[in-house]
Amino acid sequence: MSAGTNKIAVTVTDIIEVNQLVKRFKFERTGGGDLPVFSGGAHTVVEMLDKEITRLNPYSIMSDPMDQNAYTISVRRDDKGRGGSLFMHHQVRVGDEMVISYPVNLFALDLRAKKHLMIAGGIGITPFLAQIKQLTTLQYHFELHYSVRNNTVGSYVDELTSFYPKNTHIYYSDDGQSIDLEQLLDGQPLGTHVYICGPKDMITWVYETAESMGWPREVIHYEEFLAPQSGKPFEVLLEQSNKTIQVGEHQSLLEAMEAADVDAPYLCRGGACGQCETNVISSEGQFIHRDHWLDDEQRKSGKKIMPCVSRFEGKSLVLDR
Amino acid sequence: MSIQFKKETFRNDYTFKNSQWAIDRFPFPFHEDSYMYSVNMEQHQGGPAGSVFEKRFDVDEHYLAEMEDRALVLAEDPLRCQSLPHMTLAGWDLLELIMVSKSEDYPDLFQLHREGNNWRWINKPMKIDDQFVFMDETTLPYGPMEYITRQTQGDFAVLDQRDDNLWMDAGMVTTQADWSLDFDIGMNFFEWHAPVPKAHEMGIFVRALKFLLNIQQGSPARRLNWTMTVNPLLDTSPENYHKWGVEKSTLTVENVGEKQHLRVELQTFFRLPRSNALVFPIRCYLIRLEELVTVPKWGRRLHRIIRDLPEELATYKGFISNRPMIQEYLSGFDDGQPTSDGIWPD
Repeated sequence: MSAGTNKIAVTVTDIIEVNQLVKRFKFERTGGGDLPVFSGGAHTVVEMLDKEITRLNPYSIMSDPMDQNAYTISVRRDDKGRGGSLFMHHQVRVGDEMVISYPVNLFALDLRAKKHLMIAGGIGITPFLAQIKQLTTLQYHFELHYSVRNNTVGSYVDELTSFYPKNTHIYYSDDGQSIDLEQLLDGQPLGTHVYICGPKDMITWVYETAESMGWPREVIHYEEFLAPQSGKPFEVLLEQSNKTIQVGEHQSLLEAMEAADVDAPYLCRGGACGQCETNVISSEGQFIHRDHWLDDEQRKSGKKIMPCVSRFEGKSLVLDR
Repeated sequence: MSIQFKKETFRNDYTFKNSQWAIDRFPFPFHEDSYMYSVNMEQHQGGPAGSVFEKRFDVDEHYLAEMEDRALVLAEDPLRCQSLPHMTLAGWDLLELIMVSKSEDYPDLFQLHREGNNWRWINKPMKIDDQFVFMDETTLPYGPMEYITRQTQGDFAVLDQRDDNLWMDAGMVTTQADWSLDFDIGMNFFEWHAPVPKAHEMGIFVRALKFLLNIQQGSPARRLNWTMTVNPLLDTSPENYHKWGVEKSTLTVENVGEKQHLRVELQTFFRLPRSNALVFPIRCYLIRLEELVTVPKWGRRLHRIIRDLPEELATYKGFISNRPMIQEYLSGFDDGQPTSDGIWPD
């Protein structure tokens, strides 16, 4: 399936400054009409027309999955990023028309769980906001442990503690507070599933701790979207399309293919889903693999690359695309 | 045109027959003169006007008779419909998908009126007019999946998606090509496909699973599958093999054109929005050989397919012992002329 998913034309109907780092954007269908319902944990890919560059960034939908009037997303400004979040913060205005993808869920709830234990770090709170609304509607049991730097930059801390005072636990790292993870995991009833969304270190910490305590792999769920990183420019020959393309310093390989009108599949654009996996026909140089998809053996083979986040340095690279 | 629903049976006296309209729109599954497995998926976004691909859930002249047959099967064996506890939300998703699709695609037959969660569903052919509260199971006579699939042609496998796999965790299965929901319930994609010969070695299922896991909301897909059935039996289940299996031995040179049917499954795949589950409707279309050969291209082509099919596949599809007789019958309709590409009649 190429080019991800079906698209929806939307209008930005509200922009709220949540705090100094985060802005919330509200999208409604352009011309009116319902948006599709979705499942908590889903993201949408937002298309940004930033001068000559088309940026496609995934954001978790944080609004109530049953609310078909509008979707909301929260964007954390990344001053050192490649520019997507800066575009959203500085260029997008109420009334602008944009294009977003249909919702895609790569971080779904496992509805077999007797209890949903959520561990969030920073802006990783957003998929949980939609999941909590869905679980509340379904009357399922959940518990949230949310770690932020302090109250000033803790997005939605006040809403969560006032709506779900019994389920919500906040940790301010500036005050030296942290999750007592072993204690927390040790006390969970059988049938609990744990969900993690936050920085890479947090995911690794929770995953490894839970695994070492005997939690089955099937009950540990996490979502980490990597943002593509900048790197040295490189040249690629796309054999099927018979095109030679240049990947710029601040561009991903996937974006460079799209800019050359090469139809390349994708879903998450963050190295997690496997959809953009591409065969390498030949290479002379060094791969910089940054995805979570390929295993060590596949990386060593030099036969695969995930163009959404990974790069290449060297003499020549020929891809089957 | 408005559909003329037929009164007919799929058991005992077997009065099932296709009208000329149904023959003309039959989903002949072979696009060339030979057959091998492939992940032959395409988008399910409409199709030629009047074809079985046009609507999201095709309704045809056999609708009422098929629903009566389903009710008979369920009365004898309630385990043909099962839903594990975590699949109720997917059941509501499916109920909504079918009600919205049918009321939009067949407004003269089905109506859906919604005010918030208060819904009214009118199914004119089945004379149903029910009011219920969406997401409140106590307001329906059955669970949501059972309620709507007692009113919709085809089997339904509702698959949970987790751990990079699909799990057969709910379904309504009464018109199946010899597989059992009760046996497969709770199995994953590789487990329930374990009996299929050759395809595992060919890597078919790894590729198919990867495709299915990535089917997204708003982008349903479809493919055709096929087998052969003696007599127009919808319920060719392992549970009832002792009843229908013996009928395969009643085939003779004289009755093969009348009794032997090509059985085609239109398989579709939809991502369900609230549950993130995948629904896999499997719609069965039957056509007796003497109806099929009225389309010259289909007669020629089916002869070549049956003649050249690898032995394992003819065994798996259950007609290895009758193959010589079927081949002999069909050879009378194959003059050796070339056939055109694609499934449609010339």
